Order: sequence, then C-alpha cells, then structure tokens
Amino acid sequence: MQTTFPRLMLDHAARRPDAPALREKVYGIWQTLTWAQVATLAREIAGGLAAAGMKRDDHVVVVGDNRPRLYATMLAAQWLGAVPIPLYQDAVAAEFVFPINNAEVAFAIVEDQEQVDKLLEIREQCPQLQRIWYDDPRGLRNYSEPGLASLDALIDEGRRFVQANPKQLDAELERGRPGDVAAMFFTSGTTGNPKGVVHTHFTLLDRAKAGADFDKLTEREEVLAYLPPAWIGQNIFSYAQWLACGYVVNCPESAATVTIDLKEIGPTYYFAPPRIFEGLLTSVMIRMEDAGAIKRGLFHFFMSVAKSVGPALMDGKPASMIDRLAYALGNLMIYGPLRNTLGLSRVRVAYTAGEAIGPDLFRFYRSIGINLKQLYGSTETAVFVCLQPDHEARADTVGVPIAGVEVKLTDSGEILIKSPGLLKEYYKNPAATAEVLTAEGWYHTGDAGFLDAGGHLKIIDRAKDVGRIVGGTNDGAMFAPKYVENKLKFFPHIKEAVAFGDKRERVCAFINIDFEAVGNWAEKRNLPYAGYTDLAGKPEVVELIRECVQKVNADLAADAMLAGSQISRFLILHKELDADDGELTRTRKVRRGFIGERYQVLLDALYGGKTEQYIETQVKFEDGRTGMVSATLKIADAKTFPAMQKAA
Amino acid sequence: MAERKIGDVILDVRNISLRFGGVKALTDISFDVREHEVRAIIGPNGAGKSSMLNCINGVYSPQEGSITLRGQTFKHMNSRQVAESGIARTFQNLALFKGMSVLDNIMTGRNLRMKSNLFQQAIRWGAAEREEIAHREFVERIIDFLEIQAYRKTPVGRLPYGLQKRVDLGRALAMEPTLLLLDEPMAGMNVEEKQDMSRFILDVNDEYGTTIVLIEHDMGVVMDISDRVVVLDYGKKIGDGTPEAVRSNPDVINAYLGTSH
Repeated sequence: MQTTFPRLMLDHAARRPDAPALREKVYGIWQTLTWAQVATLAREIAGGLAAAGMKRDDHVVVVGDNRPRLYATMLAAQWLGAVPIPLYQDAVAAEFVFPINNAEVAFAIVEDQEQVDKLLEIREQCPQLQRIWYDDPRGLRNYSEPGLASLDALIDEGRRFVQANPKQLDAELERGRPGDVAAMFFTSGTTGNPKGVVHTHFTLLDRAKAGADFDKLTEREEVLAYLPPAWIGQNIFSYAQWLACGYVVNCPESAATVTIDLKEIGPTYYFAPPRIFEGLLTSVMIRMEDAGAIKRGLFHFFMSVAKSVGPALMDGKPASMIDRLAYALGNLMIYGPLRNTLGLSRVRVAYTAGEAIGPDLFRFYRSIGINLKQLYGSTETAVFVCLQPDHEARADTVGVPIAGVEVKLTDSGEILIKSPGLLKEYYKNPAATAEVLTAEGWYHTGDAGFLDAGGHLKIIDRAKDVGRIVGGTNDGAMFAPKYVENKLKFFPHIKEAVAFGDKRERVCAFINIDFEAVGNWAEKRNLPYAGYTDLAGKPEVVELIRECVQKVNADLAADAMLAGSQISRFLILHKELDADDGELTRTRKVRRGFIGERYQVLLDALYGGKTEQYIETQVKFEDGRTGMVSATLKIADAKTFPAMQKAA
Repeated sequence: MAERKIGDVILDVRNISLRFGGVKALTDISFDVREHEVRAIIGPNGAGKSSMLNCINGVYSPQEGSITLRGQTFKHMNSRQVAESGIARTFQNLALFKGMSVLDNIMTGRNLRMKSNLFQQAIRWGAAEREEIAHREFVERIIDFLEIQAYRKTPVGRLPYGLQKRVDLGRALAMEPTLLLLDEPMAGMNVEEKQDMSRFILDVNDEYGTTIVLIEHDMGVVMDISDRVVVLDYGKKIGDGTPEAVRSNPDVINAYLGTSH
C-alpha cells in the first residue's frame, strides 16, 4: 500500500466519518469513537506534540494497554514523521532503560501512574527523556516532576497549536512517505540486549493488506485488542490491519475482564497464542466435569461426533447424511452454546501462532466449528509470511506463503524468506542486520523446515538445533530434537522430554512425567506410589510412556524427512527438570547440552545398551538448600517403524 | 475532588469512658482527627479499638465524655444520624449481602442518597429511572476505582476474602463519606492483598480527600500509611503522635511489641 498510517486514518474519516473505529468499555458501558473523532483526537495530539518540539524521525515510547487514546498518540506521532516505539507494559522499569537509551528517546506517552512511576524511577539513567504524558490521571495529581503532564493538557495545547498554525499539520502529513520509518519493535531477546526492529509504513501496511486480502477481511470485522501492543502481532491485528481494513477495534475494560468482554463483543477476527486456547478448553472441561450427568453425557456424546465429523466438515470434505444430521443436532445443542460461552460464536477467522499447538487442541476448536488456523511469521517479517487457507488447516503445518512472499531453503534446511514486509534494519546494529539479511534481500529466519507436497510450510525446529544421525541404519537422516520433544509433550502424561541423537546412530530420550496427570492415572488404577521418584519408576508407568513414545514413532515414520528421528530407547527421569537446577531456562525451555552433561551416565547407559542405571543427583530447593535424590532408572526400548513414503 | 492538605480538627473525642457492667472497655480516652488525614488506632487484641470505633459511629453510647463532629457536640447519635452526617464504615467481619452481586452491594451504599419513593422505584419510572442511572454511574466509578470490573455481576459470596473486603470498602465509599472508619481493613489478608488495600486507602484519601480513621493491628501497614497514630492498651490511651514518635515511645514498645528478653 503506497500510503502512510495517518493518511489511511484520514481517508476513513473522510469516507465514513460516523462509522465506529474504536470502542472502549468505560464504567461498564461500551463507548464508541468514530473515525471522525479519532481523526480530531490524532490531529490535536499531533499539534500538542509539535508544540512540545517533536520533529521528524524523533522517537517516542508508548507504554500501556490497548487504549484508544494511546492508539491516537501513535497516529499523531506518525503524523509528524516521528517513530512510536511501543514497549511491554508489564516489563519492570530496568528493562525500559536499554530501548530508551538505544533509541535516544526524549518523549514518552504512557497509560497510567504505574508506568509513570517506572519511567521516573529510571529517569537518572535516561537523562535525554524530557517529556512524559499520561492518559489516566488517577493518583498523579500531586506529582510535580519536570516534564510530566497529562494527555488532556497535551490535547489542550494541541488545540491551541492547531488554531495558531492551521497549515503546519497538513504540511507535515504531506511530507510523510511510505518508505519512512513508521515504528520500531524491540524483540525480547533471550541473550544479550534486545534489538530494535525497524519497520516502515510500507512494510507494515503491505503485510497488513496481504493478510487481510488472504482472509477477505472487511470493514465490518470486530476485533478485541487484548494482547500487549508492544508485540508486533497485536500491532498488526489492531493497528495496521485496523487502518488497512477500517474495521472496529474493541479495547477491554481491564486484563481481568477479557473473557467477559470477549463474550460481549463477539469478535469476528481473533488471534490468541496456543496457551490461551488451552486455558479456554481447560475451563470448559472443568466446568463440564461439575455438570449434571445428563449434560455431561450429552456433551461427551456430541463431542465424539464432533471429533469424527467436525474436521472433515471444516475442511469442506464430504460426509454422510447421518453424520451431517448428528453434527447439526450437536451444533444446536452443544457446539453453538459452547462457542457462545467461549465468546467465539461470530468468529470467521481465528489464528494461533507463536509456539507449536497440540493436534488435539487444534482439532477440538475446528471440530466445534471455529475456523482456527495457524500462521507463520515474526517481528522481522511484519508477521504475515505463511497462512493456512480456510479448508487446509492442519496442526503440524503453518500454511502457504501468501502474496509477495518467496520461500527458499538452504542446504542445512534453514528457511529463507523474501517479502515486501521484511524489516528495514535492526536499529544501530548493522552487524546483526547483516547476519539476518543477505545482500539479495533474503531474510534468515533461523527456523528449519520444508515445504510439503501440498506447498504448506512445515516448521521443524530452530535451525541451529537440527542435527544429523551418523552411522547405523538411518545414517545421514535429519534429527530435529524440538520437533520430537514437542510431539512427546502433546501427551498429557509427559511434561518434558529431551531428545538426543545428533552425531549418533539413533535417537534416545529422557522423559519427565507430568506428576499430576500420571498421579491421577495411577490413582484410578489403584496403583500406590510414594512420591515423584517412586511413581516415575513404576513398571506400569514405563509401559504407559512406552505407548506414547511408540505413537510418536509411528507418526514420525509417516514423514519421510523425519523418519530417522524415531526414538529407539528412553528412560523416565527420577526428578523433574527444573530451572533452579539450571536444566530449564526461566521460560521453561530445555537446556539440552547442560542436561546431557549433567546426566552423562544416563546417556552412556542409553547408548551402551544397559537395562538399568543407578544415579544420584543433587537438587536445589526453592529456599536455596540442596539435597540428594537417587534412584535406579529402568531403560526401556521402544518399537520403531520403517519409513513410509507418503503418496502425495 | 479535594487537594490533600491536612486541615482543622473535624472530630474531637474527649474523655470517653465506656463500661459494660463492671468491665471497663475504655477509660478516659481523648484524641482528635483532622480533616484529610489518615488516623490510625492501634493496640493489641482487646485493647478497645473496635469499641472506640463503635462509639464514634453510634453503635455504643459511652457513659462519660463527649464526641464533637464539626463543632457539633453530642453524647449519643443513632446510626442513621451518623450516616447522614457523612460517616461511613467498614466491618471487621464483613457484613455484605452474600447472595447479591458486587454491583448491588455497592448500590445499597447509595440508599441514603435516593430520593424517589418505594412506589416510583418499583415501577422504575421518570425520576426514579433517572435517579437510578445517576447512582449507577457513581457506583461504576467506584468499581473502576477499586479495580473490580471483572466481578461486577458476581455474587459477593463467591469472591475471595480480599476482594470481599474491597467490596465492603466500595459500599462505604458509595455513601460519599467525609469521614471513613475502617475496622481492620487488612485482617486475614495475604501480603499482596494488604499492599493493594493500602494503596486503595491512600488513593481514597488522595482522590476524594476523605478523612480516614482506621483500626489495625498490623504495625507495619499502619506505620506506612498513617499520618498520626493513637495507641490503646487495656482501654487506656498510651501513645499518640506520628508513626515515628509512636514507634519510639517506650510504653508502646512495652505494651504492643512486648519487652525484649
């Protein structure tokens, strides 16, 4: 799209001034801002910012929840050619220091007292930060900090400025070019400092439009903006696509009311990471367990109907008359009311992304008639790279490259992307930019994967983690540890898994049982146990896990690329992997290398063909004390399957 | 909304003595409360804190002494007169309507301010409807202020204790009090709930300019949020002053914190 954010907004205001643009629940009632009101608000704030000395290419941080007036400030900053940098509102103050100093930020617009306090706390470390405006004045009346003022005061100032300089803002608007920098997003970065990803009006709007065209989004969509605006996904869904399509963005009352607001708004276009879908499903299941016998019976009966018929219907495949009738009845009695309870009855397009979604979870939503799909993208690609078409949604792929995107694989299996939506650069970090962007314009995603026979992209793992099997029957086969581990973790009985196999003859795995799930399972079978270590060592539990492993193997065998990653031997660890012991990162990712070293004896036993192994491990308790856990672990073999060549 | 500036004395308690038969609950207690301040009454269990509060809001009538509220001296007021004079309170053992929603519970706090009669309210017509909308808006502001939007329609009985305490505070605020009496607002709360409650108390004081008298036995909290503290022990006043002064008062240390052995 050859335009800019503020110009798009003004187009909507000129074309449909009275159409709703934003809604916000205030004092329990949804209040609407029309496009004309948004335009006025943005103009006045832009005037205020100009009066405060904001110039082209200045940076301004925006910190807060999804609030209409904060959206207007982003538009206002872009109006002046300045660059809004949304920061995570739940970050601690110290995390603001790097982005603010890195981007030489002099202006900040924040939501409330909480954010003001954080900025004031780091003010000495960020001397160039001169002006701070806040949206919600509560608790701030008695603050007398230099440069601190309310957004209302800024708007008043802006009104005067617009009257005194009627032409200046129009001129600023005219100077804006699609290729100008529009926004900057700091990636969280697990190691080292975060990197500022620079996007232009063109990169963001082009992708917003491409995504909207793909799903035929119109100005009649309703969207609930509830994820942090600092995350590019939220920014695309509720800001770039809001302007590209002209639909209505609804801001929930508070983080705690999202489920209530979701039900009231009934969005038609919805995004949530897998954990939110999982949480919704869990809450439904818990409530169903408490329901009366008849309701519960009906629910389980019709859910089994949905499981067998629903996905086929969603994919537009034929189904028998009886199946269709049963499904229609289920829709009337269970699925419809359930969708309504979830707040998803009007959803036309729902997306999930960010991490692997369990196939059962994915199928559940599709089977009750919610068009849940997956997408692939990142901050650097302005989100939209691959999307799943309506009738081709699968749990293990992420869709087809959409308009404008080219996908290429390197020899090592890394995915390279060429797209109009690629980042301009990492801010003040040419070395990092050169690492990911080639001279020919290819972006290194760092993900390993391949395009399947249907042209769908399949992500396997982070490229640096993918290894090769060396020697044995599968010599040279690809080994994707994360992919295998994820498949294992989709079983409710398995909490964590660590797969080994790079430069080895075959794949072996350490498995952590889910204490709660396996504990319940054992109790139902009257299987007594004396704690985690004891339960993990029960022969029945080993059998249970063996079945899971063999199912994973059967699954892997169906995939020619990954058949070599089947697990031939495994053991169940005697203790839970824990971040306190350094085995997991704080975000609960397994540290494979560290675990391999720490449990070297177990690895040797797995590969040495032993059937059991004694181990003693030091553990750290939460209060800092340490203790020892010891056990003799059984090592089990799992059946593997010959690779099947899929007919495609 | 008022500036938070500590003003003149608005409540003056003089030589109050309260007896239940032979038991002396309070003996010759005197203290005052200034406008816009946060005034705490502390003391060990059974020191007479709640009795003191009950004297101020008319539940008990002390045998001796006088209470002067904004220049008006009285020996006894009934609860309604107290409410009409701008005093609201919360309770140590919550007295909420468990089966009613958060919204309705807070709405009951508006009762005194409703002018329409029962008949008008029953058919919800004309003035009654306008009145209800105005009151509802006021209640919504309180809900927003106390950050309990997510529980607006939840029956109070289903809420955790810390939130029920907040609803109790909300109902007291709905009366638009000028003097708010809080009876152990933090009792039974975990650390986080206590912090939240402290923040709300300070915000009420700051935003609405409400004068606050609170009873508490959690020393830490009291010292952080109060302007002045009265210390009671066995029905007698043993200390009065700023938190720092009270903290270093040897009698208080003896009675309240115990002597170090």
